[in-house]
Formats: sequence, C-alpha cells, structure tokens
Amino acid sequence: MGVEMTEATGGIDFEDEESGVVKKFMFVNRKAPYGTIYALEALEVVLISAAFDQDVSLAFLDDGVYQIVKGQHTKAIDVKNFSPTYRALEGYDIEKLYVEKESLDQRGLTEADLLVDVQVMSSADMAKMMAEQDIVISF
Amino acid sequence: MPTIEVNGKSYETDEEGYLINLGEWNEDVGAYLAIEEKVEMTPSHWEVVNFLREYYNDYQIAPAIRVLTKAIGKKLGAEKGNSKYLYELFPYGPAKQACKIAGLPKPTGCI
Repeated sequence: MGVEMTEATGGIDFEDEESGVVKKFMFVNRKAPYGTIYALEALEVVLISAAFDQDVSLAFLDDGVYQIVKGQHTKAIDVKNFSPTYRALEGYDIEKLYVEKESLDQRGLTEADLLVDVQVMSSADMAKMMAEQDIVISF
Repeated sequence: MPTIEVNGKSYETDEEGYLINLGEWNEDVGAYLAIEEKVEMTPSHWEVVNFLREYYNDYQIAPAIRVLTKAIGKKLGAEKGNSKYLYELFPYGPAKQACKIAGLPKPTGCI
C-alpha cells in the first residue's frame, strides 16, 4: 500500500508539504459502489485528504456514476449504504464534483438522479480537467 | 472482543472502547462510556453527543474535528462552534471522546 501510494501521488515529498504548496488533486471514481472496496476506500481517502488543505476534486466516470445515484438500498446485499456520506463532502469543503455526461447518458441517468450537486461535463472537458491536475488518483 | 456491561446487558466494543453496534446505544450506555472517559456529563455535553448522533444519522460518518466545529457553529451558535468550547467539554479530543460516548466509530481522518 505504501509503495503504491507513493507512485500514485507522483512522489510528493515533505518539502512541498512544509512550504505549504497547494496542489490540485483529482480522485477519479470509475467503479460501481458495491462489489469491490474501491468506492468506499476512495471516499475515505478523499475525506482524509481534506485535512491537508489541498485543492481536491472528484470525478465520476463509467460505473462510478452509480456511487452518487439517489435511492441506494443495500440491505439485501448486507453492506452499509455509505452514499449519504457524499453529502457530507460539502462540510469538508470539497465542492468540486465532476461527472462525465457520456457515462450518465449510457446508463440512462441524468443530473436529477444524483444525490449531490455536481458539474456535468463532456468527455473532452473531463480530459482537459484531468490534464490541469497536479495529481490524479484513480480508483 | 471486549464487552462492557450496563444495566445487566453486555455490549461489544472494539479494542479502543468504541461501541460496535451503533444501534444498541442508549443514554445509559453513553453515560457509562462517559465515566470510562472521565467526562462528567452536563446538558452541554449531551448537546454535543446528540448533535454527533444526528450527524452520523444523516451522513453515516463521524465528522473530523474541523468539520464538527463548523457544523456545531452553524447549528448551535458561534460561541459553541469553536475548538476552545469543545475541548473544555472533552479535554482529550472532542471528536474522539464525544464520538465514543455517542456510540459512533472513531472519526475518519482522525490521525
């Protein structure tokens, strides 16, 4: 895990942290919320990242858009429905949530199906947004 | 797994004393956990504990201290939404101690 994190974060060193440099972090969510641990782990990392005063954004693509769909009922699969936690992000000053329009369209979803306020953008704009980041971490 | 006993009923906790099943919590359990934390509960303490339980109910997480402070300020007023006030109530860390008494898990991002 330690080694992976270092690679994924592009080798952030302590000097950066001490000098108070703010970097643009994007956490990319591509997987369905349940069935794997990725979505929940990403959310935990995002919440922890809020403590470091960085410029944090989240992107939802592919099946990742299901993470923020309204009305998740998880009782039958016996796991906790953690989707209400996305609504807590605002309180953590994480307000940049981007959703790829194509991913919504392919799944017959619209912005009205989502449980948080997001910015919907085309695949091309999403690519631009990613290119502007200092660090992109994919889950 | 460690257990605590309140009014003849036993409750599971983790190694650090956090209640395992949130749903089992009641005020007596909260009062017991407070004694273990050496916190003398007053209405001001219960106000924070109840606030945390509501927060958890809404968001399914225990908030980080910074977030808790801000949210309390919004709901209960600026004179309560600051770390001085909260640390006076819960000297060993408001998020950590108050969460434990409220029967919540340890806050995410509590490092």
